Amino acid sequence: MAAIADAHGHGHDEALHHQFEDMDQQNEAYLVGMWTFLVTEVMFFGTLFIIYTLYRSMYQMDWYLAHEALNIPMGGVNTIILLISSFTVAVAVRSAQRRERNLVLWNLGITLVCAFAFLGIKGVEYMEKFQHNLYPGPEFGRHPEYLHGAAPNFAQLYYGLYFGMTGLHAVHVIVGIIVIAYLWVKWFLNAKNVTLDYVPTEMVGLYWHFVDLVWIFLFPLMYLMPKP
Amino acid sequence: MSSIPIEKGLENSSPHQREPANYLTVDWSLKSWLTTGDHKRIGIMYLISISFFFLLGGISAGLIRYELTSPAGRVLESETYNKIFSAHGILMIFTFLVVAIPAVFGNFLLPLMIGARDLAFPRLNLMSWYLYMIGGTLILGGMINGGVDSGWTFYVPYSSMYANSNIALVIVGIFFGGFSSITTGINFIVTTHKMRAPGMTWFRLPLFVWAMYATSVVIILGTPVVAITLLLIVFERVFQLPIFSPELGGDPVLFQHLFWFYSHPAVYIMILPAFGIQSELIANFARKRIFGYHFVAFSTLAIAGLGFLVWGHHMFISSQSMYQGIVFSLISFLVAVPSAVKIFNWTATLYKGNIRLTSPMIYALSFIGLFTVGGLTGLFLGSLGTNVHLTNTYFIVAHFHYVMVGGSLTAFLGALHYWWPKMTGRLYNESLAKWNAVLVFVGFNLTFFPQFVMGWMGMPRRYHYYYFAPEYQPYHLMSTAGASVLALGLIIPGFYLLKSLANGPKASANPWGAHGLEWETASPPVTTNFEQTPIVMDEVYDFDPVLEHEQAQARKALEPTGYEGYEPGALAEPKKDESDLGGKS
Amino acid sequence: MLTNTPFSPPSASNFAAEYDFVFFLLLGLTIFFSVVVGIAVIFFTVRYRQGSKADRSRPIYEDLRLETTWSVIPLLLGLVMFFLGAKVFVDMKVPPKDAQEIFIIGKQWMWHVQHSNGVRENNTLHVPVGKPVKLTMISQDVIHAFYIPAFRVQMHVVPGRYTSMWFTPTKAGKYHLFCSMYCGTQHSEMGGTVVAMEPKAWANWIANGGESVPPMTLEQAGQKLYNNISCNNCHGADDNLRAPSLYGIWGKQRKLSNGTSVVADETYIRESILRPHNRLSSGYGPTMPIYEGKITEQDIPKLLAYIKAIGTPGGVPASSPTSLDAAALNGTGGTMTPFASNAIQYQENLKKRLDATPTTRRGNPAVNAIAAQEEGRQ
Repeated sequence: MAAIADAHGHGHDEALHHQFEDMDQQNEAYLVGMWTFLVTEVMFFGTLFIIYTLYRSMYQMDWYLAHEALNIPMGGVNTIILLISSFTVAVAVRSAQRRERNLVLWNLGITLVCAFAFLGIKGVEYMEKFQHNLYPGPEFGRHPEYLHGAAPNFAQLYYGLYFGMTGLHAVHVIVGIIVIAYLWVKWFLNAKNVTLDYVPTEMVGLYWHFVDLVWIFLFPLMYLMPKP
Repeated sequence: MSSIPIEKGLENSSPHQREPANYLTVDWSLKSWLTTGDHKRIGIMYLISISFFFLLGGISAGLIRYELTSPAGRVLESETYNKIFSAHGILMIFTFLVVAIPAVFGNFLLPLMIGARDLAFPRLNLMSWYLYMIGGTLILGGMINGGVDSGWTFYVPYSSMYANSNIALVIVGIFFGGFSSITTGINFIVTTHKMRAPGMTWFRLPLFVWAMYATSVVIILGTPVVAITLLLIVFERVFQLPIFSPELGGDPVLFQHLFWFYSHPAVYIMILPAFGIQSELIANFARKRIFGYHFVAFSTLAIAGLGFLVWGHHMFISSQSMYQGIVFSLISFLVAVPSAVKIFNWTATLYKGNIRLTSPMIYALSFIGLFTVGGLTGLFLGSLGTNVHLTNTYFIVAHFHYVMVGGSLTAFLGALHYWWPKMTGRLYNESLAKWNAVLVFVGFNLTFFPQFVMGWMGMPRRYHYYYFAPEYQPYHLMSTAGASVLALGLIIPGFYLLKSLANGPKASANPWGAHGLEWETASPPVTTNFEQTPIVMDEVYDFDPVLEHEQAQARKALEPTGYEGYEPGALAEPKKDESDLGGKS
Repeated sequence: MLTNTPFSPPSASNFAAEYDFVFFLLLGLTIFFSVVVGIAVIFFTVRYRQGSKADRSRPIYEDLRLETTWSVIPLLLGLVMFFLGAKVFVDMKVPPKDAQEIFIIGKQWMWHVQHSNGVRENNTLHVPVGKPVKLTMISQDVIHAFYIPAFRVQMHVVPGRYTSMWFTPTKAGKYHLFCSMYCGTQHSEMGGTVVAMEPKAWANWIANGGESVPPMTLEQAGQKLYNNISCNNCHGADDNLRAPSLYGIWGKQRKLSNGTSVVADETYIRESILRPHNRLSSGYGPTMPIYEGKITEQDIPKLLAYIKAIGTPGGVPASSPTSLDAAALNGTGGTMTPFASNAIQYQENLKKRLDATPTTRRGNPAVNAIAAQEEGRQ
């Protein structure tokens, strides 16, 4: 049923892993794998978006009123920061393809700075919410002025999803920071598996774009609600 | 190819005395196992782990059945009983059924069947195993710390706001298990797309590979949904984030929608691999190409796709609207058809075949019977009207045990017996195995058939006491008696399989005379699977029944019956410096 | 019809006939296909076993007509079953306009029934034969389900929203009521009885405020409360890790964790229920839940009466059978009766045992749970 192939030659790329026949196969495999992983992330966040959609349609007015406590300028700045970071990570990928180590290091560095800035602003927003007793729990609504007239029960649901979704997003940002930092170090140390092969950088770039994309959806949904 | 490593201690022996090291013997250290990337080793590691969890799940089943022999219980308090049936469900579903066939046989066989050296991402594969072990350990920790009493379905608001047990810990464990499942799924999808040997087109693939592929698609689409849904229970319990609380306007039925959105496709994750195994066993032991190969392949994809559209049939009486119910019921009947198609195709494969009743074949044939009953009883539950009376009763319990144990577990046992010589290089006592397969079939039916009647009569599930309805006791007694027989049938293989490792004779490359790339390499295979990459020129099940018949006659004339129930040719050849490439024309 | 067998539930509602028809049709289909497939498999396995002389020339590997046939026919049969099932379901979903409404409140772990004229009952539902009844249900805590097998009806009972189901009883009698959605520790004890009465009898019953059986004694009410608020989850027959036993403590000296000792009387017991951490028994830590604010003063005397009953030396609790009581209940003092298949025999054994205890209860505990002493708790 099967004939035997000629034994293949052994002058491979150093970056080629043993299970693959050639770099093309390896690169395609890694990229298909990364996209498949991103599909799972879409399903993961997508579930939360479904829950959000359902509850928002049920409690439109209360959620509109509750959302007025959110700081739109801060959210807007965060959006711009993430967009910039997506741009720089894309430049980093291109630089990796052209084996331009310095550009990679600079751009990944800016991406990291943006990521930290994002988390910093998010942290400030969270602190403000905690101080205004807007975190769900027995203390919720101690300062009713921050509820802006929303029914406390439904407002708690809103904030439950707010903290849940932005919190989960923040966790993904942190993971992104760790991964980008690791990649940065590898580039800094001139490790062969990232300098000779751009695909690891591209995979990290894909992940970061996804994180940015989730925020692009979160921001308008949470911060920019129209009055019902 | 790099030179074949020399086994320790044989450096000074002459070349023809050395055996080429296979994937088991190439390095005996524990570290080499725990840092391996070899898909075969990872498959074996999974086999050991899932067997352990299966044993725990089985013990809890035994306790349940013992406890139910009296309407007022035997030795347990209700709280403990509730924790035990929850443990049984969680362990069996999340640490055994979802994982078993894909992680053991998928890992071991997928690269072999497509002619690859390994999966696409060996290190990710190892991480899958570690994630599984972490998840299993957390679940076990939760069980030891007192368990959970919510059932494996974790319905809210009981599990989010009322249960006093280790819900969060166990859910985090399940989350890790889900992550493990997802990484395995990613690996399989990429491998199937990108790493097939030259000439191995999609329609030349063994149907097991189709099944693994479809299962992986279901895994990556469905598992993240249940992961976040269960995590939200943890958020409610630990971080007080209200998502499903009714007092705050949340919707407990929303949890059910999200939970079943995964958990229905999950049952296809559990059964599609079994379907794949079935095709392999039936083809190779009827010595005939699977009837309707294309239909079986496409029906696998159809089940995977349609399976995502029927989750509401678990919720007909949950207060979802009548119209939702009607849509879900209709699609449920549609998804039943591809499964029926498979059953008919397997049966038709037997026509004009050359059937050998080996132990894997006995498991495969009992699968056909048991899955047919299980699947047809699913129709009672998919039909709106009949569902209303039968849901939440023992009818459901019987239905899903028929498809999961009579289906999935039976296929797993068949696969274990079929590929044991390949994985371990040893032959087990096949005569004993044949009788054991019959014992499993008999014990299984004795255990679960009475439960259909009991459910129809109205006995609810998840009940510890039934002292105000003691008329159900005879059925419980019958079921427990059957369970003892089934337990025996599930324990005995442990003994003869392990014994084969100790002193079973060595297997040849192809002890069953089967077709498939995995049988064209040594038993056990070398680490890189094949000496050289195969080129595939024909489809996998190229049997010719007339020729097979003649060969069978010829074999019978030449040699006496093979070792302990095997066919001649099962034993390894005396000369070991060349692997036997199949021994068939 | 076929339902008058020992393998069937009773048929006592308007849905039973319609339902059973679809059920048995499905059963027929199941048996038919199982038998066909089974016979085919066995026949082929025997005829085409390796070495047999059957003709294997010209084997077929694909046949579009065959595949189409055995796809289309099951599909059509399935659609027929779908329609029949959907019809029954739609009937079940749409109550008649003149259906009498009864409210059901489910909670851990009992059912509270409120008839529209104010009559209340617990764990029992009295309904008239021949008249449609619509149940409007809600839960106070977790999701439960109201299941009456004899009527073929079942529906989740959800917190935060009302769900409903309807039926018309067709035969007088007593039928099982089960909670069929897992709801916690005593899920399996949350059953009851549906009593279908002839219209005249039912009218009398409801006009008399529903009192067709004598009310509970204080001890019975106390026992019920004792189980409801989960005292029995920790306080068992013997001292255990979680809690000391309450059997035989009444009137005796008790050692406390601060070294003093006190007589176990009403005051002590009341204090131990409401503010347990002020009166820890020796050897125990502050793990008992605090019941202050959770139960009312009206509840305390019931608990006191019950604890006095079990606390008196020689008293044996007639609570829901624990594992230790199972042997006692079987009437054989230690050895299990393996086959209490005769329900009447079982009830007699139970009755004999209970009648021998100081706190007497009449009949089936579940049937016997009457509303009277539950004021202030709902």
